[in-house]
This record gives sequence, C-alpha cells and structure tokens, in this order.
Amino acid sequence: MLDILTRYDILGAFWMTIQLSFWAALGSLALGTILAIMRVSPVAVLQKLGALYVNVARNTPLTLILVFCVLGAFYILQLSLAPASAPLRTQIFLWAIVGLSLYHAAFVCEALRSGVNTVPVGQAEAARAIGLTFTQSLSQVILPQAFRGAIAPLGSVLIALIKNTTVASIIGSQEASAMMKTIVENETGSLLVFFIFALGFVILTLPIGVGFTEMSRRLAVKR
Amino acid sequence: MFTRRLIATAAAAGMALTLAACGGGAATPAATGGPAGGDGIKIGIKFDQPGLGLREGDSYTGFDVEVAKFVAKELGHEEGDIEWIESPSAQRETLIETDQVDLIFATYSITDKRKERVSFAGPYFIAGQGLLVRADDSSITGQDTLGGKKLCSVTGSTPAQKIKDAYPDVELQEFGTYSECLPALLNGTIDAVTTDDTILAGFAAQSQYAGKLKLVGEPFTTENYGVGLKKGDTALCEQVNAAITKMVSEGAWEAAIEKTLGAADYTAGPGNPPTPAACS
Repeated sequence: MLDILTRYDILGAFWMTIQLSFWAALGSLALGTILAIMRVSPVAVLQKLGALYVNVARNTPLTLILVFCVLGAFYILQLSLAPASAPLRTQIFLWAIVGLSLYHAAFVCEALRSGVNTVPVGQAEAARAIGLTFTQSLSQVILPQAFRGAIAPLGSVLIALIKNTTVASIIGSQEASAMMKTIVENETGSLLVFFIFALGFVILTLPIGVGFTEMSRRLAVKR
Repeated sequence: MFTRRLIATAAAAGMALTLAACGGGAATPAATGGPAGGDGIKIGIKFDQPGLGLREGDSYTGFDVEVAKFVAKELGHEEGDIEWIESPSAQRETLIETDQVDLIFATYSITDKRKERVSFAGPYFIAGQGLLVRADDSSITGQDTLGGKKLCSVTGSTPAQKIKDAYPDVELQEFGTYSECLPALLNGTIDAVTTDDTILAGFAAQSQYAGKLKLVGEPFTTENYGVGLKKGDTALCEQVNAAITKMVSEGAWEAAIEKTLGAADYTAGPGNPPTPAACS
C-alpha cells in the first residue's frame, strides 16, 4: 500500500501547492494592503468601495470565484492572462493565482485593519500635527506598526490560503488535492491516502503557525 | 432580543441536523447480510449524472436507476422500499464497507483495486471512453484525430488520466464536474468532452442540448459497470446476477437503454448486453 508514495509524484503535487500558495500570498498581500488603505482612508467613496469589495469577496464561495475565473473569464469571455501560445497549464495556474488572490485579499485587508486598530489614535493625530500628509503618516507611522500588529492574523490567513489551494483542483490545477483525487480513483480511498495528504498539509502549515506566532511576539510594538 | 433568540434557535436546529446526518450513516448495522427481509434496501447511485443516475426533486431517473429498480424487485423489494443514497465516486467503497448502502449502481467500473475492498455483481453494462463534440464539428472523428485539440474531463478521473498518458499532445482541461465542461464546449473554446460514452450520452440526451452535441468515434477503453456489494457476499451477488440476466432476457434492459439514453441516438457498444461474470 505504501508503494503509492513511489508510483505517484506526490512531492511534485505539493510543490504545485507551494507555488500556488506563494504567488497567491503575494497577490493577496498586495491587493489586501490597497484595500485596507482604502478602508482607513479619509475618502468616503474609497471606504465604501473597499468595504463593498471585502464583503462581496469574502462572502462568495472560493469554488465559485475559481470556476468563474476559468469557466467564466477564460473560456466564455476569453480573457487571457498569458500569450495565446502558452500551454493551458500556464493559463490555469495564472487564473488559480488570480482567483485565490482576489478571495484572500479580503481577509488580508481585514487582518491589516485590525493591525491599524492596534495603533493608538494619538499617533495618527501626532503625525498629522507635525505636518505629515495622510500618505506620509500612513506609510511612515501607521502601516509599519499595523503590519507588526497584524502578523498573527496574517499568519492565520496564510494558513487558510495554503489549505484553500486545494479548491483549485476543480479548475484543473495539478496540486495536492488533484493528486489525491487521482490516487483515490485508482487505488480506492483509504485512510492511508488521506493521512498522507493531511500530513503534507500539516508539514506545510504547522511551521508557518509557529513562525508567525513567534514573529508576532518579537515584532509586536511594545507599548 | 428577538434576533438573538432567533439565531440561537437556528444554531440549535443546524446542530440537530448535523447530528441527524451523522447518525443516519452510523446507526445502520442491522442492514447487513444481504437481501432477506422486505423492509427496504439501500441503493447507492449517482445523483448528478443525467441518463444514468439523476435526482430531480423526489424522482430518480437514469439507466443505473432502472437496473437498480429491476434488481431490487427481483430481490423482493418494491420500488417504494428503496432508499436511494448518493454515492460519489470517491466514497463508494467506504459506503459499502460501512453498510451505509447494500448495493451500488453508480457507473461503478470493476477494477482489481476495487475488488480488494468490495465484491461486484455483473457487469450489467460495458461502457467505453468516448468523445462528445459539437454537432457541427467534423474535425474530430475519433481518438486518432485528437492532436492539438483541447479536451475536457473531470479532475483525477480515469478518462482524464488516460488522455494525459496516451495523448500527450492533447491539452486537457479538468473541472470538478462534467457540467462545467459543457458551456466551454458549446462556445467552441473546448473541442471535446471525454469520459465514459454513457455519461456523455446522458448529457447529450438532455433536452437543452438537443441537436447541439454528438458522440463521435468508437469507444477506446472498456469499462465494465458492476454492482458494488459487500466483499464476499456471493449469495447476494448471485441473486443480483440472476436478476440482471433476467432483465436482459426479458428485454427490459434494452428498453431501459432506449428510455434513458435513447434521445442521444446512443447505441450500446460492442459486447452489450454483457453476461454477468461468476461471483467470487
């Protein structure tokens, strides 16, 4: 039974999971930061737009977002993220990253906003009082402290993201859960198969959990 | 205050439902040991496969369902006594092993790996991997004309693996279900959907696709659909085999194919109707 470890490229599948997680983490961090800035900005329209995005994105099932990305955007609207000559695998990979980023950006935004809330309001007032603009006070005073305060919730979002990459198997991404479906189809679904894949995800996420907790302790702004 | 009470009630109801759902699976040890007793039989089918096993409201349609009803009747169970249980592909062995179902008719191909965990009666049908294309597309005529085409199937399924292994120059899109392949097939961004020809015929036979899709080529694999049952229950297996043989000889088998897949101009491939294999 253990021969499935040698007959299937399970490590390759987890490597795909790692790549998806990495790029989607970067994408969602970038988009989530922009959204958080919108939501704490003094401009009412931006606040509303940010809130609208967050509420729509995090209340839409990830399955739906990913199917929309590939079936809706790529196949029906024929939007392409790569040159037409690129293999289908590349298109699916890119759309999976986009879908995962769009979804998790909402959670990153909320984690960052919780970080912003850890910064005493007096700091923002002091920054404005010494003549910093909104952008300056945000980038020099608020956000650096907000990121440090938001490390723990950001870690939770990252762990959720890594596990959520499994949803990408439904659009044909060849990551860990697609490999598991293949093995279950050929070898029948035994506890061992589930255990192997559960273990794989624990190996990926556990150090991240420990690392982020440690970082949040070390980097927290002492007040 | 009212809102809070409402939420609490809803939460309690939700929990009760969850518990009931769990209990339904676990608390059924009495149903083991085969067909005896007229009080109901639990049959596993697909709920989402048009033409084979499909649930629409309270009614179940499809070829698998027709065979299941016939076999159940031969085993002494009226149609009303049948409890239909959804059996997704990945859960079929577990459902049988844990006695959550007595028999499974769910496009269940007989394979050696599966025989290690369950026994099979039948086969009651021989399917093969086929190709579903747009009705106006003449560029794909069979497995030899797939070069450079874009095919669609279900993630991790046997047909998807077959395409990857045997046709490396084919681009394969995998989705969670076949239903997601169809919009892309219809608008021309995917050239063909591939899986068992029965499943394809089931989709083509749906009224909304009438005249838009066609099956092409000869089946290029062989899938023997068997009836999954508890490992080693040869008595039950022989009864099911007898029922299948009777269904074929009475002409009910032919009628069931015509009734469920006929709208797609589907004719069962070579070897059909099959003779059930000996039970072991």
